[in-house]
Order: sequence, then C-alpha cells, then structure tokens
Amino acid sequence: MITYAFVLLAVFAIATALALVLSKNTVNSALFLVLNFITVAGLYLLLEAQFLAMIQIVVYAGAIMVLFLFVIMLLNLDDESTLFSKWRFRYLLAFLLGAGLIGQITYSLGGVAGQLPEISDRMSEIGTVEAVAEVLYTDFMLPFEMTAVLLTAAVVGALLIAQYKVKTTEQVSK
Amino acid sequence: MIGIDWYLSLSAVLFTIGAVGVLIRRNAIVVFMCIELMLNSVNISLIAFASYHGDITGQILVFFALAVAAAEAVIGLAIILAIFRNHLSIDVTKVNLLRW
Repeated sequence: MITYAFVLLAVFAIATALALVLSKNTVNSALFLVLNFITVAGLYLLLEAQFLAMIQIVVYAGAIMVLFLFVIMLLNLDDESTLFSKWRFRYLLAFLLGAGLIGQITYSLGGVAGQLPEISDRMSEIGTVEAVAEVLYTDFMLPFEMTAVLLTAAVVGALLIAQYKVKTTEQVSK
Repeated sequence: MIGIDWYLSLSAVLFTIGAVGVLIRRNAIVVFMCIELMLNSVNISLIAFASYHGDITGQILVFFALAVAAAEAVIGLAIILAIFRNHLSIDVTKVNLLRW
C-alpha cells in the first residue's frame, strides 16, 4: 500500500517538476510548482512527518506561491516564444551537466548502499506537533529566536529594495 | 515499507530537474522557482533520514530551511522587481552590467 502511494506521489512529483521547467507560460509554471509542493507534502505524510506536511502546504503552497503569483501578475509578462530554438550549445551543456550531477549522486548513493538506515520503529512518534515543539522550544530556542530576526530583516530589506524611489534622509526630514 | 534509497533517489531526480531548469531557463521567475524546487528536494531527503533514524533533529533542520526559504523568496522577488523596473525585462541573459 505504502509502496503504491509512494510510486504514485513520486511520478506525480517528477511530472509536475518537468512541467514546471518546460512550460512556456510563467503562471502555468507557478501552478505546477504548487502541485509539486502539495505532492511533496504527501510524501512527508508517508514519512509520518505530519507537522512539516502541514507547514509545507501553509507556508510554501500558500504563502510563498501567492507571493510568486502576485509578482508575476505585477510584471505582466508575455509567454516565451523561444524555449528551445536558440543557443543549442548552451542547452546541450546544461543537459550534460544535469546528467553528470545525477550520475554523481547515484554513484555516491551506491557507495553507501550498505550503510543506509533501516526503518525506525520510533518513526510515528517524532513527526507530531508535540514532539517537534518540545525539541524546538528547548534545545533549539536560540535558532528559533534568530529566525524571527531573519524574517524581520528580510521584510525590511525587501521593502527597501522594492520601493519605487528610495528616499534619502533629507527628503524624509522635509 | 520501502527503503530509504527510494526517497533519496526521488530527491536526487527532483534536484537535477531543478538544476537543469536553472541552467536552461532565461525567465528569472522560473529560475527562482527551480531554486525553490531544489530546496524542496533536499528537504525530502532530510525528512527521510530523520524518519528512518527516528531522530527529530532532521525535521527541525527542515523547519529552519523553510523559514530561510521564505526569507530568500521575499528578497529574491524584490530584486526581480527592481531589475524589471530598470530593464523592463526579467530575461537573465540581458542583465549584463557585471559581465565582461
């Protein structure tokens, strides 16, 4: 049962990822990415990480993708007419690099084939909200607080970069 | 129950698709979405290791990776908006101010 679910989700994840890369319309790409994120959340559920599956849907498929779609709407782009027509050498090089990358990862996976962990019987205990919160608010308290600083800095930085005309101090004081 | 190598292989395939997408696409927003795809594929292998070891630290790491990805998406989209204002295009091959 879990094997079938995994194969289904994996095929769907790879198909949506390919559709994301090959789609000419940017909005279609973004919607395929949303589908991909939801599929990956399903994989997290198979691994019994319920909390992260919900966070994946709320933060990634919800918040971040709304931001992407909003920016796409703001830019009002046309479809790309030439996805594969020009720069053939560049595409060839990109595919060769991709093949090299996956070959290297598969090779290193084969190298550690005997040392990979077997399934743990504690798997269902560690993915719940209680288990995550207990560790997050004790051992990882300082990194958690740092996340708040990081997010604040990101918001301030994004406002500064994206604002239309940056006001200098003299203009503000006038 | 299936072995962990299936999850790791899926993660590798998704990462490769994302990397090839970054290399071949010229639309800056699609390049950015491919980067999100790569971040996500690494999260899959982190959660797979966390679940198979029965150790929660990997899931905490994914939690922080999500927070950093959110911050990165905000800044990156702001930079794309700023580039669009200056060039009226988000084609990454046309942004060549720092290129020789």
